[in-house]
Amino acid sequence: MNKTDVLIIGAGPSGLFCAHQLGIIGLSCEIVDNLDKAGGQCIELYPDKPIYDIPAFPECTGEELTNNLLQQIKPFNVKFHLNERVEELKKVEDRWHVKTNGKKEFDVASIVIAGGVGSFEPRKFPVKESEKFEETSLFYSIKDKTIFKDKTISIFGGGDSALDWAIELSNTSKVNLIHRREGFRGVESSVQKVKELHEQGKLNLYTKYQIDSLVGDKKIEEVKIKNDDGEIKDIKTEYVLGFFGLIMQLGPILDWGLNIDKKTVQVNTENFETNINGIFAIGDICSYPGKLKLILSGFHEGALAARGCFKYAKPDEKLRFEFTTTSKAAQERLGVKK
Amino acid sequence: MAKIIYNTHDDKTHTIDVQKGLSVMEGAVQNDIPGIDADCGGGMACATCHVYVNEEWLDKLPAKEDGEEDMLDMAYEPKNNSRLSCQLIISDELDGLIVNIPSKQS
Repeated sequence: MNKTDVLIIGAGPSGLFCAHQLGIIGLSCEIVDNLDKAGGQCIELYPDKPIYDIPAFPECTGEELTNNLLQQIKPFNVKFHLNERVEELKKVEDRWHVKTNGKKEFDVASIVIAGGVGSFEPRKFPVKESEKFEETSLFYSIKDKTIFKDKTISIFGGGDSALDWAIELSNTSKVNLIHRREGFRGVESSVQKVKELHEQGKLNLYTKYQIDSLVGDKKIEEVKIKNDDGEIKDIKTEYVLGFFGLIMQLGPILDWGLNIDKKTVQVNTENFETNINGIFAIGDICSYPGKLKLILSGFHEGALAARGCFKYAKPDEKLRFEFTTTSKAAQERLGVKK
Repeated sequence: MAKIIYNTHDDKTHTIDVQKGLSVMEGAVQNDIPGIDADCGGGMACATCHVYVNEEWLDKLPAKEDGEEDMLDMAYEPKNNSRLSCQLIISDELDGLIVNIPSKQS
């Protein structure tokens, strides 16, 4: 059981800055995120794309913003629990007990949901029968590439994951790469490489085709693909891989009794607490009249939610407002050397 | 205002007057038309405001940016007439536009 003052769900910019604000006022926190790294949408959706509306940063990328935020919370030694999704929530006296899908447990005074638009999950094939083959002959990510050696693999998708795996697996397997159009969104060098491999006969490329259906009993034996004119091709295959990027799912948060409106959690604007005492929501996942889905709004919401957490963590103490420029206590927490 | 006709997957037709300057996505979300998720809020960073545009309207729409085509790769069952509704900005030219909302967004 991890005991701390506050559990932050989501390691995007709002969650990271909230950790900073908690640290400044002397509260401890830990952060859970379903991805394998901090940064949330900034890292997953647009690491290289510039952002122009972070106050005092005329331009920075999602990756730079994330790295700066991580740097800023370094003094507080915040513990991260990555690749974990929060599943269960239980009130135990005046504390919350939280469990993740990886069986990690937390005992906290309050919770800050900074979950963006939900946790990222792989986007799946639209055909129904794909489910029964999942994890046996159909995958959305690769954990052990050795199982594909000397097999026939059909890879769907046009981004970097699809291209990179097609290139790599073509060394040891027979690879079919199937994509819905002629253009690819992966980096140009990979696109060129795939075309070369195709010309050399080391990889079969099917563009303007999409999945039609999967055939097989326990394992996939054949995948049928169709083009825009409805023409169908049958491809014998032992494995099917789909790389269609990630989607965002609100998941178990929906079952916690929070007031949810259009996939967002309703909060007050005084301290961003939800309808449940001790549970706060900040960033893209919260809604209130006038809500702007901007990173800067998430920072503001995190600062106020952190102060809202104080009374649950330290019910017998009074929080005094202080500036980091002059507060001795805050500077000590930041490890500032005079 | 321009009339936008949204056909939802349950075979219902919603005809909505949408203010010029808003997107077809915003017109749907603000009027509670089901089937448009718009997770990213109109940033061309997801594909959950995907619609099928009626064929006769395809040529009249502004061309897709590269980013939109990239995102459509991730849409649920994309077709030739697929667009992201957040990229369709309402103008007089779009008065009467007919879009069909897919059975699901992801």
